[in-house]
Amino acid sequence: MFRFLINRLMLLVPVFIGVTVVSFGFIRVLPGDPVEILAGERGVSAEKRAEILANLGLDKPIWQQYFSYLSDVLHGDLGVSVKTNRPVVEEFFELFPATAELAICAIIFALIIGVPAGIIAALKRGTKIDQGIMGISLIGYSMPIFWWGLLLIILFSNTLNLTPVSGRLSFFFDVDPVTGFMLIDTLLSDEKGSFLNALHHLVLPTVVLGTIPLAVIARQTRSAMLEVLSEDYVRTARAKGLSTFRVVTIHALRNAMITVVTVIGLMVAILLSGAILTETIFGWPGIGKWIIFSIFARDYYAVQGGLLLIAITIMTVNLIVDLLYGFINPRILHQKNKS
Amino acid sequence: MALLEISNLTVDFATYTGSLRAVDGINLSVDEREILAIVGESGSGKSVAMLALMGLLPWTAKVSADSMLFDGQDLLSMNDKQRRKIIGKDISMIFQEPMTSLNPCFTVGYQITEVLSHHFGGSRRSYNNRAIELLHQVGIPAAETRLNAYPHQLSGGMCQRVMIAMMIACQPKLLIADEPTTALDVTIQAQILELLIELQQSHGMALILITHDMAVVAETAEQVIVLYAGQQVEQRSVKELFKSPQHPYSEALLNALPERAQGKLLNPIPGVVPGQMDRPKGCLFNPRCSYAQELCRQQPPELQDGILCHYPLVAPKPDLDVRTQ
Ligand SMILES: Nc1ncnc2c1ncn2[C@@H]1O[C@H](COP(=O)(O)OP(=O)(O)O)[C@@H](O)[C@H]1O
Ligand SMILES: [Mg+2]
Repeated sequence: MFRFLINRLMLLVPVFIGVTVVSFGFIRVLPGDPVEILAGERGVSAEKRAEILANLGLDKPIWQQYFSYLSDVLHGDLGVSVKTNRPVVEEFFELFPATAELAICAIIFALIIGVPAGIIAALKRGTKIDQGIMGISLIGYSMPIFWWGLLLIILFSNTLNLTPVSGRLSFFFDVDPVTGFMLIDTLLSDEKGSFLNALHHLVLPTVVLGTIPLAVIARQTRSAMLEVLSEDYVRTARAKGLSTFRVVTIHALRNAMITVVTVIGLMVAILLSGAILTETIFGWPGIGKWIIFSIFARDYYAVQGGLLLIAITIMTVNLIVDLLYGFINPRILHQKNKS
Repeated sequence: MALLEISNLTVDFATYTGSLRAVDGINLSVDEREILAIVGESGSGKSVAMLALMGLLPWTAKVSADSMLFDGQDLLSMNDKQRRKIIGKDISMIFQEPMTSLNPCFTVGYQITEVLSHHFGGSRRSYNNRAIELLHQVGIPAAETRLNAYPHQLSGGMCQRVMIAMMIACQPKLLIADEPTTALDVTIQAQILELLIELQQSHGMALILITHDMAVVAETAEQVIVLYAGQQVEQRSVKELFKSPQHPYSEALLNALPERAQGKLLNPIPGVVPGQMDRPKGCLFNPRCSYAQELCRQQPPELQDGILCHYPLVAPKPDLDVRTQ
């Protein structure tokens, strides 16, 4: 187990280098001059411009900039946001819980609906029910997030007046940010009704962000289930006289989840990129909205630091999923132990 | 009254290319503590017939029978829920592929105690000692530690022993063993067979042993049914069958045994079991039968005294000229 972990961490080194290159390069290949955007419409003199560039360290050759960035990163320093003058790491971790909360809710929503839907489709394969579930999931998969979000806002917020349009909590409430997770913070605070209010704010963003993962999970569960249901050990389980429910949920599902868990690992990237759009639509104060804002502001340090931290998050979650995989499927753990 | 009595069991599969008759009107009866062998080449419907009895066929299968009685209960009129009370407990079955027949995600102990707690109630944990005892019975060394092993940590022979332990856990009245040794090493095969016979006697179970190997039949069973392309071509006592097979296919199977080889050559049966597409007219065995006559090619035979043949053999050393005409 320990060796497996070390091996996996070693593999992350080249990935990490690649990620620093991409996050460093991304903002620099975008057109637009950071100083001019910073200066706004009034413009800036050539001298002043050179001074600002030198302050930001952007006057040096590009490779020098990269290596000083890499060295800073390795020292845990991601620089200071040009816009807010606060350390990028600090800004990131202040906003991160909002995104994490949304992403976690979205993936839970996707699992709670997607897994049973996939199981039912597999058990009823070839029937109208199967076709219905798969059809809906295909539509969900191809739904543009922006459009889907607006559609839901128009229906549930504007027409039915059921859900709030934006933000995490109504401003009537004053809740201390303890964990940064609004659902937990509102439970900890003594503001009455604030938890329900936070939940209310979460519903639409969760549905919007969770739709694509839901579709992927439903399809993946269905195909994994179909494969597993034809395995010999499922026949053995039935030969023991177990109920269909037990055969499906204990003997088949455990095996099918092995593939589904891998998909959840891949889903983290989808969730975080989806969060950028979702947060923009719903005015959700998280990483996604912040990155978009920083890109528009050509805030070099915020963007390259933010992208790097997002990539690290994805790598970490994938590592956790890999370890989890070993727990669900004992064969993996033993093979890894031997090697 | 026999423990198991099946008459005219027929199984049809719905396939893309139409309906496929995998089992075609077989009859069998097994007494308590009796060993019945079902023998036939691969694809002759042995497994499908037994899975039909267990109710384990996929939904594409259509099972019909004139009667299917087990221990006085009518299996045909039962719903799934009632049948699930019987299978795994009073009738159980072990399969050909021990490595894939155990669930890779659960320990040996889990899979054995599960069946006990399912049929007799109580927690799985309370059956740990019973599970150890069962593992001892099937000859697994260090049973206490094996309880926590996963199937992939065991050899094929060990997996089959675990399967057997699991399937005799509830003291079934009838155990069906579907080619239990086919996937195993030759050295292990004899051990497993011996174990099955020993358990059959000590537990007083009836045993249906499916095999494609006539040598296994000779060593174990009292009664034998020979299947060919889903049809029951001969049903006899083993002794009689070995002395004087009456169906040409039974004779061919016996002649294919190594010890009956003439000189150094084995006598394999030419050709293969017909599939859905190449079913011959007349007797299904006629293209491979060395005695086939015109009638055999035109008209399917009818069952007479347990033999499905127009011209059953009569003498122990049959030749064309000693056949009934
Ligand atoms: N699920 C199934 N769907 C369609 N045909 C099947 C299915 N299972 C078995 N068959 C067919 O039934 C016939 C008998 O198979 P089987 O009982 O497994 O033979 P064996 O005597 O080797 O055990 C074969 O022709 C096989 O192709
Ligand atoms: Mg078979």
